[in-house]
Amino acid sequence: MQNIFKQEWFSRLIDVMLPVFATLAALGVGAVMLLLLKVNPFVAYGAMFEGAFGSGNSIAETLVKATPLLLVGLGICISFRGSVINIGGEGQMIIGALLATQMGLMFTDLPGWFVIVLALLMGFVGGALWGGIAGYLKAYFGVNEILTTVMMNAIAVQLMNFLLRGPMIDPSQAQLASKIPQTARLLDAFRLPRWMPTRLHLGFLIAVVLAFLVYILLWRTTLGYRIRAVGKNPDASRYAGINVKRQIVLALLLSGAFAGLAGAIQVYGVNYRMITDGSASGFTGSAGFNGIVAALFGQLHPLGTIPASILFGALLVGANKMQRVVQVPSALVIALNGLVVVFVVSSDYWRRKRQRRRLAQARIEEDDEPDEEPGAASPAQTEVVA
Amino acid sequence: MISELFTATVLIGILASGIRLATPYLYAAIGETFGQRSGVLNLGVEGQMLLGAFAAFYVSLMTGNLWLGILAAAFVGALMGLGMAYVTVNLQAEQGISGIGFYLFGLGLSDLLFQKLMGSVQTVKGFPKLVIPGLTNIPVLGEIFFNHNILVYGAYLLVPLAWFVLNKTTLGLKIRSVGENPEAADSLGISVAGVRYFTIILGGTLSGIAGASLSTALLNVFQQNMTSGLGFIAVALVYFGGWRPWGVLGGALLFSLINSLQLWIQVLNIPIPSDIAIMMPYILTILVLVLTVSRVRAPSALTKPFTRSE
Repeated sequence: MQNIFKQEWFSRLIDVMLPVFATLAALGVGAVMLLLLKVNPFVAYGAMFEGAFGSGNSIAETLVKATPLLLVGLGICISFRGSVINIGGEGQMIIGALLATQMGLMFTDLPGWFVIVLALLMGFVGGALWGGIAGYLKAYFGVNEILTTVMMNAIAVQLMNFLLRGPMIDPSQAQLASKIPQTARLLDAFRLPRWMPTRLHLGFLIAVVLAFLVYILLWRTTLGYRIRAVGKNPDASRYAGINVKRQIVLALLLSGAFAGLAGAIQVYGVNYRMITDGSASGFTGSAGFNGIVAALFGQLHPLGTIPASILFGALLVGANKMQRVVQVPSALVIALNGLVVVFVVSSDYWRRKRQRRRLAQARIEEDDEPDEEPGAASPAQTEVVA
Repeated sequence: MISELFTATVLIGILASGIRLATPYLYAAIGETFGQRSGVLNLGVEGQMLLGAFAAFYVSLMTGNLWLGILAAAFVGALMGLGMAYVTVNLQAEQGISGIGFYLFGLGLSDLLFQKLMGSVQTVKGFPKLVIPGLTNIPVLGEIFFNHNILVYGAYLLVPLAWFVLNKTTLGLKIRSVGENPEAADSLGISVAGVRYFTIILGGTLSGIAGASLSTALLNVFQQNMTSGLGFIAVALVYFGGWRPWGVLGGALLFSLINSLQLWIQVLNIPIPSDIAIMMPYILTILVLVLTVSRVRAPSALTKPFTRSE
């Protein structure tokens, strides 16, 4: 009799569900933290759920928060598939947003749709540039991309502060003593269309469409194939005639481009201007980091990243509600996000374990000794226990 | 104006504060050097520093004992290191990504604890300057090198100590062999997992102290996200220094001196926008990385989990 636990479809189902288990585990740790803060976790998580999905408006807010996570996450799918670790999403978002905003400030007499398209395009270009520099330095100078992307986050923040305090400052603020570091408001005609009366904007739809395009890019085009091949095995790829360096640059360039677009959409869909409190997260809301979390949760699959970013958008929106209801700082959610990342990457261990066991079992079956199976399978099982 | 930079007092000030500013980078980067030499990239340094900074500050504030604060920071850092070690050694998780997870965890938790336990920004009377008889009084040099608090001296003593341990002891040999060729090390009976646990926990401990040096010796306050990228810079300095303690020292000093210079530029009202000035150390670090990185080879097993083949 076939045991359900030994069937392949079941094993694969568990693989897909692993991130969910990992998240539940993280929420479990979060519950312990809440208990230590003398808060009923059910009440806290209930408030969170209520805040994220309780009404049409809260769902819209969740999707608004999910949009930059999804876009950054799509970029992460590309770069991580190419074994390039891009943690420069924050900086790339900022540069994209700066370029995009400048379009709206410069071309006030052009038609709205044209400026929007131009601005989003420039956001894409700005992020690509910022990511591409890191890619170039990695490919041709061997500089670790983790370091350059982190450094370039810091540089982008200062560039933003400089521009918003000086060259790009709102002319009316420049006259005032307060000198709030912000740009002028974009014209109403330049705003991304909204689903009234909520704040849900077209950017979410754009992001979802792009998710499908990134899927096609990664699995249906030569470029995507090459990026993934280099990610899996750079030596074999080089041997196969792939220009490895170019794929590395392209992976970071594309990855940055999506983050830059996220920044542009944040300006044209939500804020309608850029304003800085001096930090990166003041503008990005840490989407450059949380997008990584979403992509990982979606198992670096563009389509998996869609529900993942909605989930993390919900966590962010729900955290505000939780803060109001049970007075737990929303920083808890950042800590939880961290735990989710740790648990999700760790859970991969069991997926690999089962994969090895499946391979071992396949080999045993090839040996054509079905009677021996229970005994032969036991070494693999003891391995799991150990 | 620019010429004001070149007066003796200002130059001494720049050098002295440059030396002081290098302190947290040194603790964190030397700790990270041990981890990376054994083959583990810990990107969670920033989170460990934040929790360490909070623990040291809070314990000092509550007990009035700065050393208890340091102890608390070291303990918290070690705990974070233990977590990182379990995840990367036993569960063989991708190191860069799990590091980001630990960073976010530390970022969120330190903020949460700060808001819940303190609520507002407070200050603590940090470590006082430690006068070294005979040295502090030396004109100019004394002011630059021997007019600091004990954590600053500690950071600099750590460099030769780390060099000695890595290069002149059996432990150092084990660490290096595990980072270069874990299979060979394993066949010689060295416990790869044991060595990596040791270096990651040591790194966490030192990162915790690095955070403590910020909150109880340099700035004497705790704020949300007060490290603002410092831990990531520390990781960069390890690459910068070619995985050698003396190289790390060079990088930390260079970075901090430029930083100190830009702070003084702001103090003296020299007409360079402060935002641009703050960029300088980052741009410079990237440039130096570009120019130097190809010279030195990373530990061969860096970021590669070790599985014992049966």
